Parts: sequence; C-alpha cells; structure tokens
Amino acid sequence: MSVKDTSLGERLREHGISRRSFLNYCAAIASLMALPPGAVPAIAAALEAARRPSVIWLSFQECTGCTESLTRSHSPTIEDLILGTISLDYHHTLQAAAGTAAEAAREQAMQENHGKYLLIVDGSLPGADSNPGYSTIAGVSNYAMLMEAVQGAAAVVAVGTCAAFGGLPGADPNPTGAVSVMDVVKDKPVVNVSGCPPVPMVITGVLVHYLTFGRLPELDQYHRPLAFFGQSIHDRCYRRPFYDKGLFAETFDDAGARAGWCLYRLGCKGPSTYNACATMRWNSGTSWPIEAGHPCLGCSEPHFWDAGGFYTPLSVPTGVPKQALLAAGAAGAAIGGVVATKAKQRVRADAADRQPVTVDELEQKL
Amino acid sequence: MSDFTLERGLAAFRAEIDGPVAAFFSSCVHCGICAQSCPFYLETGDPKYTPILKLEPLRRIWAAEFTLMGRLKGLLGLNKKVTDEMLTQWEELIYDSCSMCGRCSLVCPVGNDIQAMVRKSREGMVASGHAPEGLIGAAVRAVQTGSPMGLQWKTLQVQINHVETSTGLTVPIDQAGVDYLVMLSSMEVINFPEYLEAITRIFDHAGVAWTLSTQCFEATNAGIQIGNKDVAAILVQRVVDAAIALGVKNVISPECGHAYTAIRWEGPNLIGKSYPFKVFHIVEVLDQLRAAGRIKTAGKELDRLSMHDPCNLARKSGVIDEQRHLIDLVAENFVELKEHGRFQWCCGAGGGVSSNERAEGLKLAAFKRKKAQIEEVEPARMVTICASCRTQLEEGLEHFNMDIPVIGLTELIAEHLVDKEESPS
Amino acid sequence: MIDPMDFLLLTKGPLFTLAIGICALGLAARLLEILVMGRKHNYSEPRAGEWLPGLRTVLSRTIADPGTIKRAPFNVVVGWLWHLGFIVTLLFFIPHIALIKSLLGLSWPGLPNPAVDLITAVTLVALVATLVHRLTHPVKRRISTVEDYLLWAVVFLVALSGYLAYNRIVTPYPLALGLHILCAEVLLIVLPFTKLTHIFTAFIARWYNGASFGRRGVQS
Repeated sequence: MSVKDTSLGERLREHGISRRSFLNYCAAIASLMALPPGAVPAIAAALEAARRPSVIWLSFQECTGCTESLTRSHSPTIEDLILGTISLDYHHTLQAAAGTAAEAAREQAMQENHGKYLLIVDGSLPGADSNPGYSTIAGVSNYAMLMEAVQGAAAVVAVGTCAAFGGLPGADPNPTGAVSVMDVVKDKPVVNVSGCPPVPMVITGVLVHYLTFGRLPELDQYHRPLAFFGQSIHDRCYRRPFYDKGLFAETFDDAGARAGWCLYRLGCKGPSTYNACATMRWNSGTSWPIEAGHPCLGCSEPHFWDAGGFYTPLSVPTGVPKQALLAAGAAGAAIGGVVATKAKQRVRADAADRQPVTVDELEQKL
Repeated sequence: MSDFTLERGLAAFRAEIDGPVAAFFSSCVHCGICAQSCPFYLETGDPKYTPILKLEPLRRIWAAEFTLMGRLKGLLGLNKKVTDEMLTQWEELIYDSCSMCGRCSLVCPVGNDIQAMVRKSREGMVASGHAPEGLIGAAVRAVQTGSPMGLQWKTLQVQINHVETSTGLTVPIDQAGVDYLVMLSSMEVINFPEYLEAITRIFDHAGVAWTLSTQCFEATNAGIQIGNKDVAAILVQRVVDAAIALGVKNVISPECGHAYTAIRWEGPNLIGKSYPFKVFHIVEVLDQLRAAGRIKTAGKELDRLSMHDPCNLARKSGVIDEQRHLIDLVAENFVELKEHGRFQWCCGAGGGVSSNERAEGLKLAAFKRKKAQIEEVEPARMVTICASCRTQLEEGLEHFNMDIPVIGLTELIAEHLVDKEESPS
Repeated sequence: MIDPMDFLLLTKGPLFTLAIGICALGLAARLLEILVMGRKHNYSEPRAGEWLPGLRTVLSRTIADPGTIKRAPFNVVVGWLWHLGFIVTLLFFIPHIALIKSLLGLSWPGLPNPAVDLITAVTLVALVATLVHRLTHPVKRRISTVEDYLLWAVVFLVALSGYLAYNRIVTPYPLALGLHILCAEVLLIVLPFTKLTHIFTAFIARWYNGASFGRRGVQS
C-alpha cells in the first residue's frame, strides 16, 4: 500500500495513536470551532477516511518561523501527523529535493491536482508593481509564482502575519513594496491564519475543517477563521480580573509584575488582538506570552509592527511630534496675538477720533 | 440734529472690550444660571430677561472683531451684525430690566462679570442714541443744574436752616481743611431731610470736623447710570474739584449706594487719576467712629427690625459688616433677611431703573423678590442705607399694602445718641 | 468596508497629531486674544489685593451658592455631576493616564476600571438629562444656539463611544477604540473655536471676576 493511498485512520493506527486520543483530538477541534458535540463523530469519520490532499507550500519573504512553529514545537503529535498526512508536495524547508527537481515536483503536483490542491503561502511578496528582484525562487518572482500556482488551487491559506497582512516586510517604510496574499489573490477563497507565528493547532484546525466539510470555515472580516480569531486575547486573558480591578504592572520587575497583574500599561495589545493564544497556548499548551509575563504584541493583527511601540500602552497615540505641537502653539499664539493687537489698534484709533457725548447732544434727544 | 449714529455706538461698544470681556464671552456655556439670580427674570418669568442675553450686542461685536474665528467668518460674511433695530430692541433689556445689581456676576459658574458688561454696553447704547428718555433727562439736568432732579443749593439751604433750627447746631458750609466733606443725594434732600439732621447731630456728638460744599453737594452720577463716561467724568470732576478746593482729607458719600460706587470705584478711572483724598460711605465712617468709641448710644429699638443691603454697597463694594455693627448698637430684635450681604436681592430700582419712567412696571415686578424676602422674616420695620432703595421699598410696600415702615440707619443711630451733657466722660 | 485596524491607526496616528495640533494652535490663539487685550489701569484705591481673591474665585465658583442650588437644583446638580464624571473619567481612567503621560510626562494613580465604568454611565445619564433640560427649560431654550446642541452631541459621543469601547459592545475592538478616539479628536478640534474653550478660559474669567470683586473687598 503506497503511502499516498493510506487514509489518515490507518496511519494513526500504524503510529500507535489510540482511538481514544484521536477522538479527544476531534472533540478538541470541534470545541475550538464551536461545533456541537454531535459533530465529533462526523469529524472523526471524515478524518479517518480522508485521503491525503495535495498541498503546495510557497515560502516568500518570510523568516521560516511559521514553519519552525509548526514542525518542531509539537513533535510528535497528532498535528504533525495531520501535516504528515497531507501530501506536502512542495515546501522549501521540508522537502528533500532541491533546485530544478524541487521546482519540477511543484509543477507536477499542480498539473496532477489541478483545481483540487490547497495552496499554503507563508511570507509576503513584492507586489505586482514592485521590483521583482527583491525576492525570487529559481529566478521566478514571488508574484509570478503565486499567480501561476493560484490558478489551479482550490483555496489559498495564508499562514503567518506576513502572508496574511504583509507583516514585517510590509512594515513602514516597506522597502520591497511587500503585499499580502489577499492583496493580490482576488478570485480564490483565501484563509488568513495570522500570527507571528500562528498557533500550530489553528493551522491544522483549518485543514481539519477543510478535510471534514470540504469547504473553508467561517471567516471574520480579515478572512481569519472565526473559530480561532473570534475573541480577543483580552476577553479570554486570565489576567483580565486585574484589568477590571485596575491593578497594573508598571515595570517588568515591580511588585505588580511579580503578582501577575495586568500588563496593559506595559503595552499589552490584548484588547485589540484577536487570536487563540489565551485558550490554546503554546508548546503543547504549556504557556503563552502573557502567562510568561510579557505583554501581547498584537502579532495577529494587521500593521502590528507599525501600531505603536510594543511597550507603549494601547491608548497612546503613535508618535506625536512634540516640536510640531510647540510650533502649532506658537503659530496660534502669533495669530491670536495679531488678531487681538489689530482689534486693539482699531479701538485705539477709534478712541483717538472719538467724539465725546455732550449734554447738548443728549438734550436734543429729549 | 443729534449725531448719535450706529457707527458711533459700535465704536463705543468696541472701546469697552478688554481682556475680561474676552475671557467672559469665551467662557459662557449658556447654562442659564444667571437667570436664576435676576429679579427681573424671576419675577416676570420671561426668558428674554436672562442676564447674559442682555449682552448680545456687545458679544456680537467681540465675536466678529476680536476673535480669529470672527475674522474668518467675516471674510465669508457669516457674522451676525448689530443693527439699529437690534439696539432698539435691546434698549429694554439693557436699561429697563437691569438694575445692575451684580447678583448674576456673583453666581455665574464660569465667573462672568455680567453686570460690568451691562455697564459697558450702556456706553454703546448712549453713543448710538438708544438711551431711555428718563435717564437722558436726569443726565442733562445733572450737568446743567448740578442735580439729576434739578435741585438747587437754595432748596438745600432751606433744609439746612430747618436742621439748624431743630438741632440748635450749626451745619458747617465750605469749611476748608476739615476732615470730611459730606456729599448728599438729591433724593435724600427731597425725600429724607432727616438724614442731614442725623449726621449733623452724630458728627457734633462725635466731634467730627466736617463740611458741606456750596460748589458741589450732589454725590450721585447720572452719567454712570445712563452709561456715558463723558457725562460721568464731568459730574465726578465736580466732586473732586470741591474736595480739592476745600482741601479735605475724606469725602463721605451719603446713604446712597450708587453715589458711593460712582465716586469710590468708577470716579478715579473716569478722570484718569487717583484722588488726593479718601472716599467713604457714611456707614463706614459711622462704624469707624463706633469702633473708636466716639459714638455713645442709649436704649435700643425693641421692635423686630430687618435690613436691606443695597447692592451697590454690599455686593459691589464690600460694605457688609459695618451696618451690622451699627444696628447691633441700637436694635434689640434684629433679624437678617435670609439672603443678605453679598447675596442680597436688589430692591429693583437701581442702575437707573428708578429714573426711567418707562420701566415702572418692571421695577415693581422686580420688587416682588424683595417683598417675598421681607415677608419671610416678617419684620416690623426695615432699615436700609440707601435713599433710592428706601424710596423703592416704601413705594413697593405701600403698593402691596404692607405696613412696614422703612428707616435710614444713620437716622436710627442719631435717635439713640446719648446727649452730650449726660455723657459720663 | 473600512478596515478597523487601519482606522484605529489613522485615529491614533495622523488624525491625533492633526487634532492636537489644531487644538494647540487654536487654544494659543484664543488665550492670546484674551491676554493681549489686557485691562486698563485701575486708579481707584483698592480695599484688598487682586491675586488671592482671584484665585479664590477660581476655586469657589465650582460650587454654587446655597440660594442658587435651591432655585435651580436640577441645573446645578446635573451640570456638576456630568462635569465631575467627565473629568474623573478623563483624568483617572488608566488608559487615559497612559496617554497623558506620553504627551506631558505627567502621571498619577488611576481609579479601578469598574469605578470609571460606573461614573461614565452616570455621566451619560446626566448628559441626557442636561439635553432634556436644555430643550424644556424656557431660559435654556431661549439662549441655546445650534452650537450648544452640536457640542452636546460631541461631548455625549465622546463619553458614549468610550463606554461602548470599554464594555466591548461595539466589535471589533479596534473599530470601537478608533471611534472613541475620533470623537475625542473632533472635540479637540472644535474646542478652541466654541464654548468648549471655557475649559481653559473659565479660569481666567473667574480670576478676573474674583479680582474685580476682591479689590472692592467682596468675596466672590
């Protein structure tokens, strides 16, 4: 039996994953995606029977952090197996082939699975109007490769904030003219799994949903799966009671910080960040940034690099030039001074040729 | 042919705008609290008498000419203009329905001195020909005859003769170098001649060197009431000239609130220099004499007395404790009106309202606030220290058939003086 | 459809700079308009100084006199309530303190968020009450201008949008926060050119008033 034809169920059993842990995984996924308990058997059945779909993973202007996150953190887990179960036909970092052979594998997969393969992208890409030389693979610009690959794709999953929103390459001043997948792919369904990097289980969750229902999950306005990005970090944060009580750490080493108080004043972007960290955590559910004592950077939101300093509270405006403010004040003072001085001069001039009221004049009024 | 024109009026309005006016208009939030301090609004219930509304002409000129936004709006022709029609309409608001009692200035949450701005507005009203006839008449008479009521020295001389006859004392006239020059108000001379007798007796009792001046006896200033500094300066200069001519150290304003503020506070600014003498209201002088032990009284009034603080003295000049010290000297059963001192209520006749025949109805309406205050404490008699207030109280109480006599405090003190011969010292 | 994060960054970035710049410019102009005019020399002999009575009035006018409270209790209490609520919320909500600190470098302790939340709710109710009062009381109706109603709306929206953002009633949060900041920016921009200037000039006005009464020996 070739690897390609085995179902996920068979592969799980080969790897000694018990039925119980498999069902637990399915239940967890169902719960995360806010599906009713009745959906668990359906998910299990669909996954067991699922054949490995072809997946093409394109890496553009990225740091490989997303891949690192996915591959290393949970090994060996069901998530890895899910990843192993798909037919990952092209992935720079993970594939054995290199050079011409690698590109040939991609082209072959695209031909064989035309219209059916999932296209995963990590990293942003120089836009259509940018210098294509900023990022090429085998001499092909990222833009051209994406446009070619997207034609036969069933759907596109943009993994990581760079692919989803432009991320670090797109941060001000965006020297490479980086754009997100969503910016250039308009005619295929795009799912954004943002985060820097994203939570691994969110990626597998999206894949499971796709494998189970044959369609993409419900998305928010940023094309992110609502099941994982529907609630803010702030709303699910275990430090929220401290926020509500007004107990804040003000430095990283004060008593408040040691007591685990809210990190808002240290720049936590939790209130404006929508992600699943607070519930799913990282490293097999071990911890997550806020639990480790660091404010949320808001990495799953658009423009997070440009949204004010990481350690600047959310309510603080991004860069008010103090000199400009002083200049405005000075200009105002000058203008007001001129207006008042002019008015005063007119009053003085009027006073100079003022005609005193005389009794004779008054008498004439009688 | 009168030269009062809108342009001249606008220039006069403009000339009155200074830092405080700009701060006041910048700060008004239209809360309407000032109306709650205005007897003319409270007793008529007509919102057009809201104090801040009375300043609309002045405010429009400030907004259009003294602010950046006004300048910009002006370029677009968006500023509301002050017209002759508008000023005609505002004449009632600035004169008939405002006694310049200053209560609004004391309660405004943002601190607007509304009363001061009404005074300023009157400058523009006079110069644009929108002053009431009654006040014009008083101003003309004051300048031409020396008295807003046309009173002559010879009439006063008759009073002096009466006083000398009944007291056996001499009323000093034109005595140079004495301590005090005593000024009078025409209303006092005509309605309350007992005042002159009272001070003659008290000053004799206390050994005060004082005098009247034939050069000028009138303390009131119709120029300030109508709101024109030219006329006002002429009138105040007469007082100053008389005081300097006699070389007195002090000038005493009579039992008249308006005359006191006119000479004490506005006078020096009208003539543009400080006085070489001090100015006191008669109760200030009496209280100083009392404190120095120079006034000895015997016996006390036993009926229930209450007191009306004139706005010009209490709220606008800080003369509050003096009259209370004095009344304690002679009254056994004194009761305060509930709101008194700087928070007293106007009798309704100040600020030229009493010289403005047209405002008779409003004057009586405004008095109802005072009447209610008096009814609250039910005194047998009222005491006051201003002839205008006293006249208004008497007329008002009469109108409402209230049998409450009104007396002057100076007179009351005089009645209780210990005779010199009987004095132990 | 507007991108919530773009909107938030627009309001937190360029719009805020613009708003605070206009506010600084306008305010400086207004203050100079007042201060340049100055006062004429007063030749009358003062009974007392001007500075202390002026400063006293700056404080004392915050509380109405008993007579006024009795005659206009609604006006006084509701006006006082919403002003206090607005100021407390503005100055003692932790995120606002962080903002002020970033601008002025000054910081002070804040209030617990639920307290600010409650105060904001009271402020909103009081603001509605002031509107009703303005629409129904004959004096207020007579003296109110279009500006009064527009500014009521601006102030109310600032408080309301803040309340909605804090309670996360409008989602997503960047949109809610952006709306609140935008409302506050509208307030900053109109502040120097409307009666809202009283936030600053009322203290000057009170001082002039207190100084004028004070030199005549009257506590005002």
